[in-house]
Amino acid sequence: MVPLSYYLLLSGFLFSCGVLGFLIKRNIITIFMSIELMLNGVNLSFVAFAAHWHALAGQIFVFFVMVVAAAESAVGLAIIIAVYRTRETLNVDQVNLLKL
Amino acid sequence: MNPNLNLWLIPILPLAGAAINGFFGKKSSRRAVNTIALFFSGAAFAMALWIAARWSALSLPYQEFLAHWIRAGSFTVDFTFYLDQLSLVMLLVVTGVGFLIHVYSVGYMHDDPGYYRFFSYLNLFMFFMLTLVLAGNYLQMFIGWEGVGLASYLLIGFWFTKDSAAAAGKKAFIVNRIGDFGFLIALFLLIKHFGSLNFDRVFSATSPMPAETAGAGLLTAIGILLMVGACGKSAQIPLYVWLPDAMEGPTPVSALIHAATMVTAGVYMVSRSHVIFERAPGALMVVAIIGTLTAFFAATIAIAQTDIKKVLAYSTVSQLGYMFMACGVGAFSAGIFHLMTHAFFKGLLFLAAGSVIHAVGGEQDMRKMGGLRRKIPWTFWSMTAATVAIAGIPGASGFFSKDEILWRSYQASWVYWLVGVITALITSFYMFRLWFMTFFGEYRGEAGATHDHMAHGEHGHGGIHESPRVMLVPLVILAVLSLIGGYIGVPGSLGGSDHFDKFLGPVFHSSAPANAGSEAVGEKGVTERTTEGPEPKTGASTELMFTGISVCAAFLGFGLAWLLYYRNPQLPNKIAASLSGGYQTLVHKYYIDELYGALFVRPLINGSTRFLWHDIDQGVIDAAVNDAGEGAWHVSDEVRHMQSGNIRSYAGWIAAGAAVVIAFMIWIGVGR
Amino acid sequence: MNFHLIMFLAFAAVCVGGAVNLLAQRHPINSALSLIAVMGALAGEYLLLGAEFVAAVQVIVYAGAIMVLFVFVIMLLNAGVEQETKGSRVAILLGVPGVLIGGVLVGWVVLRQSGTTDVAIDALPGPPKEIAELLFHNFLLPFEVTSILILIAIMGAVVLASKPEAKPGKVE
Repeated sequence: MVPLSYYLLLSGFLFSCGVLGFLIKRNIITIFMSIELMLNGVNLSFVAFAAHWHALAGQIFVFFVMVVAAAESAVGLAIIIAVYRTRETLNVDQVNLLKL
Repeated sequence: MNPNLNLWLIPILPLAGAAINGFFGKKSSRRAVNTIALFFSGAAFAMALWIAARWSALSLPYQEFLAHWIRAGSFTVDFTFYLDQLSLVMLLVVTGVGFLIHVYSVGYMHDDPGYYRFFSYLNLFMFFMLTLVLAGNYLQMFIGWEGVGLASYLLIGFWFTKDSAAAAGKKAFIVNRIGDFGFLIALFLLIKHFGSLNFDRVFSATSPMPAETAGAGLLTAIGILLMVGACGKSAQIPLYVWLPDAMEGPTPVSALIHAATMVTAGVYMVSRSHVIFERAPGALMVVAIIGTLTAFFAATIAIAQTDIKKVLAYSTVSQLGYMFMACGVGAFSAGIFHLMTHAFFKGLLFLAAGSVIHAVGGEQDMRKMGGLRRKIPWTFWSMTAATVAIAGIPGASGFFSKDEILWRSYQASWVYWLVGVITALITSFYMFRLWFMTFFGEYRGEAGATHDHMAHGEHGHGGIHESPRVMLVPLVILAVLSLIGGYIGVPGSLGGSDHFDKFLGPVFHSSAPANAGSEAVGEKGVTERTTEGPEPKTGASTELMFTGISVCAAFLGFGLAWLLYYRNPQLPNKIAASLSGGYQTLVHKYYIDELYGALFVRPLINGSTRFLWHDIDQGVIDAAVNDAGEGAWHVSDEVRHMQSGNIRSYAGWIAAGAAVVIAFMIWIGVGR
Repeated sequence: MNFHLIMFLAFAAVCVGGAVNLLAQRHPINSALSLIAVMGALAGEYLLLGAEFVAAVQVIVYAGAIMVLFVFVIMLLNAGVEQETKGSRVAILLGVPGVLIGGVLVGWVVLRQSGTTDVAIDALPGPPKEIAELLFHNFLLPFEVTSILILIAIMGAVVLASKPEAKPGKVE
């Protein structure tokens, strides 16, 4: 029997790692992967709570999160390719034209 | 009961004239403009005459209610009109003299480009003055009071493109306002203590009050404050300084406003409030002292003036002083009598002076006139009539009114009488000085060439010429009135029956306070002049003696003027040179204007510029607005750095913000 | 020490290790591979909780499709080792402490609230039949909407990633 909090702590840890990755990393693709990591962490907490409260809707929601993640990564990677074509770089610090 | 006289029409008619001329006059012909102006002011005069004709059919005082005005709780003020003997006298003087001056102006202002504007303002003035005179409550009187100040400003500064004229108009209005401040405080006191400004209510509430002989009380305060207002409007010390400057306006304006009507509003107001004044001996004394001082003071200045209109201006201030002296000793009907005769002869003096100025092509300096009596005879004879009247030569109207004042003031204190007699001597002197300098001797001026002066433009003909008939007819009418107008007030000691005093009797005589002792200076409820007061220092023979003394003073003044300005014309300059200090003081009007400038005007302007403008307006208000704008700019300048285009910094902000929100939610206990 | 706990800790260790490795690696392909490891371990976690269908979908879709896409793109763009550019001060100064504090706070709340509430192994079985019933009855609308979303995503990706056509003869 595993306490619920273990699952939630793991989920929180994965999420924090994702955010840290977003902040630290300079490669656009790596940043994207950190986003996926964040989403995974959230999925885990959904499933854990679904099990805790015996609500299957939690798992359904995970399903939807995955679908959205898939769509978003497809489009995002396409954008990365387009940016690479124009800016010739994958370094996010050099894609900063939208500034005041 | 009283028939409805429709008194409200009398002020409204000139207002209609002012409106029509004001809106449509610019495009109308001269004939149309003066027809409108003359018609409406003449109609007001005709109505006044008509009322006078029906006098015996009226029960007085006659009050008329026009419309509701202010209803504020228990305090109400309505548009009401009030008619009694005093109002009738004022009404006839204002409409009559006013109408004559309108006629005169048709000729005088003939060539002026602002013709229609002049008549519009003149009618507007009539409207306000009539509102003042016919008002049934103090607030309506105040409307008229302020309105004549406004009309005066507009008319003094009529030629507003001239700096001195515009400044003079401003000065008149501002000095008037200072007096009006006193008037307003008096009104506030009346409202507070009597709950109304209606004449009837105030006077019937005041009547049972005892005279305040033991120190100053409410009525004394009200009286003194009313007098402050009168000082402003009627140019008494210390607020007379605007009147000489007001000579910048056209001469008909000087005649109407600053001789016959507006400046007499103060006298009228004090007389109307006699119920209050009779119960406030302290206030009355203040009135008398101010009047006496002013009369003497202004007369001394007039001796040394060389501008013909300035002499007349100071003369007006001096004669107004006489009127206030009369009111101050309780002789209100004498004051009003002198007001009436003064309207005749002073109005005539100004109109004739205007005729002289017109004749010599705009020159106003008497040193450049002389010998005009053959060339402008009509003007000469009219002016002679007026000069005789003002000097108090027996037979003319001024003699009777001035003598009445001197006699009554003697009964209050011999000091008043003595100063009054000396002033009468000086008055006679400077008036005949003017007469000799203008009309006798050799002509010292330069007319012959065409002069361009404000009201007349270019004349095609050179030389000194008489004025057109439209200007001369009013002169003649006023001359006749100046000579015979006094006969309605011939005192008993000289064989007459003093109709004037009897006429005004019901207004003034029944209002003496209950505890009028021998010191009180109220009318003693008598109509016979020979039985006045508990101590008969009176008596017909004494009165005749004093009359004789005033006559001597008048002739003495004439003699001096003849000596100095006809016989030995070089003598005045020698005297002036030897007494140069005193002479310069008189010429510069005792340096009062400079004193006021240094004491009040300059500090105010400096304070306003430095403190109010620079420190407060620019430093605080403008700065607040500007700094608010600049502050917003600076803040945004700092904040814009947040948008750096760098994704990671955005993420950093989001993470930090999220942490704050989580902490906050935990802190407030969500999900606890 | 029961079986459930041991299995949980094993999978958790893989997750943690993979996540940390993702942060530590400098070449994106290494990060991608550790992310795949994390996803696999997570599938194991789901199985422990009884969510069979979700675990299967996790492996198929996430690890099998999305991550493959990532790897393709990395190879396509020939992403190399990360350059050391001067980044944003704010991200380091504000963001990292923010994350750490947020994480700690959330952990603290979790521990306090549900410190010892137990979840049994295979607590909520989620066989495909049950999932399908829920999905196609109660959640039909979101299901259809997400399918349209995928369609749009496909079209968007195709448009965004296509090579811009050179139009000959067009003068700008």
